[in-house]
Amino acid sequence: MTASANAIRVLAGLLQARTGQELAVSRIWRIETSLKPLLRERGFDTIDALAAAVVLDRESELAGAVVDALLNNETYFFRDHAVFRLLDGPALDMIRAAREPRRRLRIWSAGCSTGQEAYSLAIMLADEGERWADWTIDILGTDVSRDAIERARLGRFSQFEIQRGLPVRVMLRWFDQVGESWIAKRQLRRMIRFERHNVLDRPPQPAHFDLILCRNVLLYFPAEARAGAFDRLSTAIAPDGVLMLGAGETVLGQTGKFTSERTLRGLYRPTAHHPHQSHRAA
Amino acid sequence: MSRKCLVVDDSKVIRKVARHILETLDFSVDEAVDGSDALTQCMAAPPDVILLDWNMPVMSGMEFLRALRAAHLAVRPKVVFCTTENGMGHIRAAIDAGADEYVMKPFDRETLETKLQLVGFA
Ligand SMILES: C[S@@+](CC[C@H](N)C(=O)[O-])C[C@H]1O[C@@H](n2cnc3c(N)ncnc32)[C@H](O)[C@@H]1O
Repeated sequence: MTASANAIRVLAGLLQARTGQELAVSRIWRIETSLKPLLRERGFDTIDALAAAVVLDRESELAGAVVDALLNNETYFFRDHAVFRLLDGPALDMIRAAREPRRRLRIWSAGCSTGQEAYSLAIMLADEGERWADWTIDILGTDVSRDAIERARLGRFSQFEIQRGLPVRVMLRWFDQVGESWIAKRQLRRMIRFERHNVLDRPPQPAHFDLILCRNVLLYFPAEARAGAFDRLSTAIAPDGVLMLGAGETVLGQTGKFTSERTLRGLYRPTAHHPHQSHRAA
Repeated sequence: MSRKCLVVDDSKVIRKVARHILETLDFSVDEAVDGSDALTQCMAAPPDVILLDWNMPVMSGMEFLRALRAAHLAVRPKVVFCTTENGMGHIRAAIDAGADEYVMKPFDRETLETKLQLVGFA
């Protein structure tokens, strides 16, 4: 069962139109593997047949399922430990100091996949429960993939997923083993809200996030879409907020909306283009 | 600055795979075929970290771990124990017995690297 070049073009085009993602070469090779469960489930014999059905109705639920299947949802807990350490130390201290008057912290994990990133943040804060005791903490996790968001909401992870990135004692503290799965404790789940959202669209409201994580999401965007996404993120972040990207990602040469933070490597701040607007701060 | 890992597993294939991965992560590697072999080696020259299989015929992972933690070695090797999907029930017991982390078999380089980072090998 090999897909024709035309079928691949149709499906890759659909993915890009819906999400901004270009189908990476590595995914093209695996397109059959990615789509196999869907083919079986929907009773298509070939990828070409599936592509034909998608062409007939690009707005169908089927098209949405194809997009979900083609997205790369790879993620794990505390991905890039070094950056999380930075976040847990100086970065969060800085944000905390700035928000002390209102004691409210708003975090957005954009492109959160199945939720590991958002749960990592929740764990980080909950592990210092006393320090944050009288704070209101909202963590929002969003992803364009409906499947991913549904799974994130469940907070249920397989034995394979749970062992990736989580220190074992943290796992034992914050997850309950139920049969073959591990379920996040209610205290964590209460801190996070998951919603479906596309980073190319208007940011979830109310915006003004103190911290935004958009990691390993913009990697496969063509330059223009990536710049567009950074524009959106810049309207969603508080003027003194912090943006965290994936380990291999940068804003350099991608956007003028964010500047790297000299003292905190790997973290970014919105560029202060209009100093007279800074009173807009939360 | 060399760091040493002792791979304890009764399967030659697993030892070979683990050795290969660990060497790419800049560890020097010793091998032990069971818990008692491992214990002898630890007494002679304790490694920095031990990758420990749980189900071994001669001296099980748990028995080894207890003996290791009871022996007062000059250094305290970190222990990452290997479990399988069906062995997840042992995790708490293993941690209580003195293991520092666990990794599920089969593992790849990235997974093992992360686990080793978690126990302090950056
Ligand atoms: C590789 S995962 C990374 C997950 C997590 N941020 C991390 O770093 O581990 C990328 C996620 O971005 C999502 N994604 C791709 N395009 C998106 C878009 N336009 N809007 C929102 N999410 C998107 C994918 O569905 C996928 O779950």
